[in-house]
Amino acid sequence: MAPADGRVVLETARLTALFHRRAVVKEVSLLFPSHTVTAIIGPSGCGKSTFLRCLNRMHELSEGGWVTGRVLLDGADIYESGVDPVQVRRRVGMVFQRPTPFPTMSVHDNVAAGLRVNGRMSRADVEAAVERALRQAALWDEVKDRLHASAIALSGGQQQRLCIARAIAPAPDVLLLDEPTASLDPAGTQRIEELCHELKRSYTIAIVTHNLQQAGRVSDYTAFFYLGELIEVGRTEDLFTKPKVERTEEYLTGRFG
Amino acid sequence: MSARRLRRRVASALMTGLVGILSFVAVLALVLILGDLMAKGASSLDWSFFTKNPVPAGETGGGVANAIVGTGIIVGLAALIGLPVGIGTGLYLAEYGAGRLGWLVRFVADVLNGTPSIVIGIFAWTWLVKPMGHFSALAGGVALAVLMVPMVARTTEEMVRLVPHSLREAALALGYPHWRTSLRIVARTALSGIVTGCLVAVARIAGETAPLLFTALGNLNFSTSVTQPMQTLSLQIYVYATGPFDEWHRLAWAAALVLMGLVLVLSLLARWATRQRYGAR
Amino acid sequence: MDGGAVTLLPLPNYPRTVIRLRGFLTVAVRYTAVTNRPYVSRSMTTVPTERITPPATAPEPKRRWRLGGWRLLRGPNPADRLYRVVLTGLALVLPLLLVVLVAELTVSAWPAVRRFGPAFLWTSVWDPVAEVYGAAPMIFGTLASSLLALLIAVPLALGTAIFLTEFAPGWLRRPVAFLVELLAAIPSVVYGLWGIFVLIPFLRSYVVPPLKAALGWTPFFSGVFYGNSLLAGGIILAIMIVPYIAAVGREVLQAVPSSQREAAVGMGATRWEAVWTVIVPYGRAGLIGAVILGLGRALGETMAVTMLIGNRHDIGLSVLQPAYTMAAAIANEFTEATTDLYLAALFEVGLVLFVITVTVNALARLLIWRVARGTAVGSRAL
Repeated sequence: MAPADGRVVLETARLTALFHRRAVVKEVSLLFPSHTVTAIIGPSGCGKSTFLRCLNRMHELSEGGWVTGRVLLDGADIYESGVDPVQVRRRVGMVFQRPTPFPTMSVHDNVAAGLRVNGRMSRADVEAAVERALRQAALWDEVKDRLHASAIALSGGQQQRLCIARAIAPAPDVLLLDEPTASLDPAGTQRIEELCHELKRSYTIAIVTHNLQQAGRVSDYTAFFYLGELIEVGRTEDLFTKPKVERTEEYLTGRFG
Repeated sequence: MSARRLRRRVASALMTGLVGILSFVAVLALVLILGDLMAKGASSLDWSFFTKNPVPAGETGGGVANAIVGTGIIVGLAALIGLPVGIGTGLYLAEYGAGRLGWLVRFVADVLNGTPSIVIGIFAWTWLVKPMGHFSALAGGVALAVLMVPMVARTTEEMVRLVPHSLREAALALGYPHWRTSLRIVARTALSGIVTGCLVAVARIAGETAPLLFTALGNLNFSTSVTQPMQTLSLQIYVYATGPFDEWHRLAWAAALVLMGLVLVLSLLARWATRQRYGAR
Repeated sequence: MDGGAVTLLPLPNYPRTVIRLRGFLTVAVRYTAVTNRPYVSRSMTTVPTERITPPATAPEPKRRWRLGGWRLLRGPNPADRLYRVVLTGLALVLPLLLVVLVAELTVSAWPAVRRFGPAFLWTSVWDPVAEVYGAAPMIFGTLASSLLALLIAVPLALGTAIFLTEFAPGWLRRPVAFLVELLAAIPSVVYGLWGIFVLIPFLRSYVVPPLKAALGWTPFFSGVFYGNSLLAGGIILAIMIVPYIAAVGREVLQAVPSSQREAAVGMGATRWEAVWTVIVPYGRAGLIGAVILGLGRALGETMAVTMLIGNRHDIGLSVLQPAYTMAAAIANEFTEATTDLYLAALFEVGLVLFVITVTVNALARLLIWRVARGTAVGSRAL
């Protein structure tokens, strides 16, 4: 896939996410350039995950959740009336904190799940897509002999990579990762971080993480959130070494959060 | 140890023993009943018992073939009507049941669960037998279906509720439309639990007699017609047990053993299905 | 990628009229013109926020319905709407059914209700020939047999529940629980069969003579015992309701937090004392609910009772005498009802039975629900 070409795949314009009357994300405007990894950091409860969930219209599935502002995917507002959220979610994939493979399906069927929903594909195409996704998720070698075994027989780290493979099989434009390594051991964490570097060649990635070191290792750009507001955003090395806002510096040096 | 404390310890031991004995008595009743069924019924189970129809009153021999087939047909009919409605209601309660209609449906399900089955029977009589002008297996099937629906709805709702929310979210994030997550992902995950609930409900209604008394009525001949009266094992047992002939009594025990066997097989099947379940719990 | 620092242009100042018109198009055109060119900023800054809030893109959720998150998702997808419509339709069957049931019972019973009025409930005469119907013996028999059943079943069932939750060793628990639950699986007519040929002879030979010898002077044990009697009906009912009371009782006792247990033992109570003085009172409401649930079951039981109770329209204090219950009366006489009034009288009996059973069950559920809110306690005792 083409390297970072300066195109903006996803951006938000004064996005505000609310629960009933309480704003959890306040007027955030953020760009996600294509083929980059953007990390979103901040203390707990500052709206990072909620912001992420707004990007694929998952926020409105929560009790009382609604949104003002706009989210532009390739220039088109996904919150415009008449837009089918299901279609949006097919173009913006998401991986959650805890691995959630579908328990009644095999490894192969799990990965193919997103493909089958998108319409008819020939058996050969499905097989090829599954293999491609599993290779990209660095899981192919481990499961190629047991593609039709139950998905929950895999280890935690493998299950999470399976979820990543499942999310990338339908070739989304953007991949959202919500603290993907939070429930994994260090070995599993490392593998997924390596994966991010690989994946950004094909996809645009936004990753929410609690772990500052992880953000430093993995991302090109970092956005710092605090209490629902976007405090600072910039290239990772710039933000970490020369943060412009005092609050950012306080967080990075561990004075709170 | 003081005398008082000793007395308390003795009292405790005695009461422990007492509740143990009470439990034993409860289990004893079961053992006695099943034992008597085996003892009195097993000897009458032969090939002709399963393949022949009842003979005229007073004669010996004969079997319950019509009753076995009839039980199968009526229970099958009830399942055909009751299971879809029950599962659909359960799915509704789990997916959309947070509001007032959900509360109402749950309340009604509880009320109907507690309604005596004979009341359901006379209700089915009014709606199906009276207009049709004659008794029928269809009326019996409908009566049993009415009994089944609340049971199946409640267990389905419970099982679907157990599926973790994260699974739904994962499917929705993949671009599954809502109906598809509900059916293919959530219901599929809860499937073995739902099947268990259905089997338990079927086992329950297989033994029912009261609602069939004035709907299916019973039939001494072999019949597979849904619009005619039909015999079931439970009805057969009732007629034979309350009748004057010893021969009938003997056949009643055998038929009861067969019916109990059927119910046991279904119940055990339900338990076995639970053991196979993974992911949801 | 261009080398210099690029700053984002600030958002244009939306005129108020545009917002009031909720003119998406205008806003979109303006904003798109600003941002719709490919670029990357090496340093991105936050867009300065302004006082004006852009128009909402998601409608404010309607407050009329309880917000259920994804449950509310109607979506522009027709398949979703169809799914919801189908499920709602199926779910509506139950309430509709209940309404029709109650209406039907009332309408069918109306001729008798109008003819006999409330005296129906306390008249003892049941004469099809003279067309005079009174349900008092049946109501009495129903209540008496159920209460007798409770007297026998409650110690058995609660004892079993207490034994299984508190005292039974692990290896014993599951088999015994399974066996007790199996009692609920036995069909009513099989109980009746066993009752006629095993229980009644047993009572006649081994139970009634000593009872009569000891207590024959009381009104409860007077008269000759022919077999079919209130006693036989009560005993078989007791065996039938034990599994229900025991199952719910077990769940109630298991729901008692272990901190209670530990606190009692920590104060030096013996095992039994801990159970009897702390745990059982804690779950008292639920246990009473379980008992009332059993009562509700007993009230509606038909086949076994009608096979054992003697089916005689009579009110008497002696348990050795035959009696009648409402369910048994309907079972026996429904197909023999020759006149419309006879039938209507039987329907009225059904209506009374329905009302009593529903009330008792509602009371039971209320008590159980109060003890174990939200959990599935009691829902298995179907």
